[in-house]
Amino acid sequence: MSLTADDVKKIAHLARLGIEEQDVASYAKDLSGMLDLMTRMSDLDTDGVEPMAHPMDQVQRLRADAVTEQDNREKFQAIAPQVEAGLYLVPKVIE
Amino acid sequence: MHNKTIAELAKGLRSGEFSSVELTTAFLGRLKQHSSLNSYITVTEDLALQAAEAADARLAKGDAELLTGIPVAQKDIFCTEGVKTTCGSKILDNFIAPYNATVVDKFNNAGAVMLGKLNMDEFAMGSSNETSYYGVVRNPWDVNTVPGGSSGGTAAAVAARLAVCATGTDTGGSIRQPAALCGITGLKPTYGRVSRYGMIAYASSLDQGGPMTRSAEDAAIMLQTMAGFDEKDSTSVDLPVPDYRAGLNNSLEGLKIGLPKEFFGEGLNSDVATALEAAINECRKLGAQVTEISMPTLKLAIPAYYVIAPAECSANLSRFDGVRFGYRCENPADLTDLYTRSRGEGFGKEVKRRILMGTYALSAGYYDAYYIKAQKIRRLISEDFKRALSEVDVIMGPVTPSTAFGIGEKIGNPIEMYLSDIYTIAINLAGVPAMSVPAGFANGMPVGLQIIGNYFAEDRLLNIAHQYQQVTDWHQQTPKGFE
Repeated sequence: MSLTADDVKKIAHLARLGIEEQDVASYAKDLSGMLDLMTRMSDLDTDGVEPMAHPMDQVQRLRADAVTEQDNREKFQAIAPQVEAGLYLVPKVIE
Repeated sequence: MHNKTIAELAKGLRSGEFSSVELTTAFLGRLKQHSSLNSYITVTEDLALQAAEAADARLAKGDAELLTGIPVAQKDIFCTEGVKTTCGSKILDNFIAPYNATVVDKFNNAGAVMLGKLNMDEFAMGSSNETSYYGVVRNPWDVNTVPGGSSGGTAAAVAARLAVCATGTDTGGSIRQPAALCGITGLKPTYGRVSRYGMIAYASSLDQGGPMTRSAEDAAIMLQTMAGFDEKDSTSVDLPVPDYRAGLNNSLEGLKIGLPKEFFGEGLNSDVATALEAAINECRKLGAQVTEISMPTLKLAIPAYYVIAPAECSANLSRFDGVRFGYRCENPADLTDLYTRSRGEGFGKEVKRRILMGTYALSAGYYDAYYIKAQKIRRLISEDFKRALSEVDVIMGPVTPSTAFGIGEKIGNPIEMYLSDIYTIAINLAGVPAMSVPAGFANGMPVGLQIIGNYFAEDRLLNIAHQYQQVTDWHQQTPKGFE
């Protein structure tokens, strides 16, 4: 299985990940190499095997619906790139 | 002072032979003297001296714990409140963590003295520490070779005695492989044994923090502090923590060791194999019975891992978007540009490669073929371990196919780098605990013996490693120039 430069650009867009034009070919080559490695998985018959998402097969722990966290807004916003009046600022989304 | 074990240091601190301030000052001097190893990203000198003074006061009052006053260091993946926490990445170069990881809190509560934050592969993605934004770490045994990764800074610092002991994290071998390449002791606990809260996530179903030390006894002391249930980590396991030092002196008489034939075949360097045979023979002399076993699914661990880990990484790392913390690009044109360029400029190449791989594996049309298939293989690998560990007490094998490789030797070929994780990755998929223990040298470079146990059998692994270290002195060797 091999990926083209266009495939790589499409995946990068899905991940909102900027990649340099000059690196596209090497990503295509590396990802194709990884996919080749993964084709080995088809050597093993996995029909009827339950997928394993987690080593302990745990279910999510439940707790009482009570407030356990204090308000840390100021502390957290102190490390944000741009804030104003308690809000995180980003470029205008709606004209 | 710097060559003493934790227990010896604790004794010296109590007898008044030296104070924690003196001990801390000595280590701060050493890590400055050997800064060319590049094992530390941040040195927290002032905080360390303050903590040392507090430790001395606590020692004087008589309510000290074993780690009180002991100079330790944290892998820079653990959040430390008020201290830069980079995870080896440019995207977090300006990140001052607003809270402590649970592991960091536990060390603070024990009165340990943090010397600083240790270098690592970017977001723990790498096997050589060459993907760090802060530069490559050098292996103290040969400064032209890598220390391994991703906990390369930790391994180099502990091997060179620039910290008494330090934390690591292990997603596919990131504690055990650098421990092996730098000749120290490293333990990856059972998944869920150590809290992941405040430990920056790479692949959440695989990540686990653990101790990296000179000896098994030190690892037992460190794990005692690190382990335990944490409400703040939804996958933390609510089981009592045993006394890890209590069984260190148990006999190995009758211990059943399994050697998977898949671990000793093609690809294993013959000098490494020779060292391992000698180590396994020592275990025989201590009373263990050794049998060959077979684990046929092991060969599929690498492909399954390189689907599952990137898939989880692509989801986890979506939080780095230039909005709430971390790096933001200059003058974004619009929101998409803000996300795309902040991430594009903030992440290094290996991280991008894995985000792309994971995004692809999770995308519509490929999800079943890659992600679900890999999870099914994960189940079969885990069953292979359960079956093997019902026949034998522990599994032994290599940690790495060879000793430390040269800086720059493999970084241009990521697939070859991935293949060097062959002996460590399956353990994370299954979630069982495993250790790397110094087991001699091949061509002057350290070799690690891997000991793999059943779920929550950390005490048994530590016992075996400790017994082995009573009859060998590989773990006490010091690299030249760092005596």
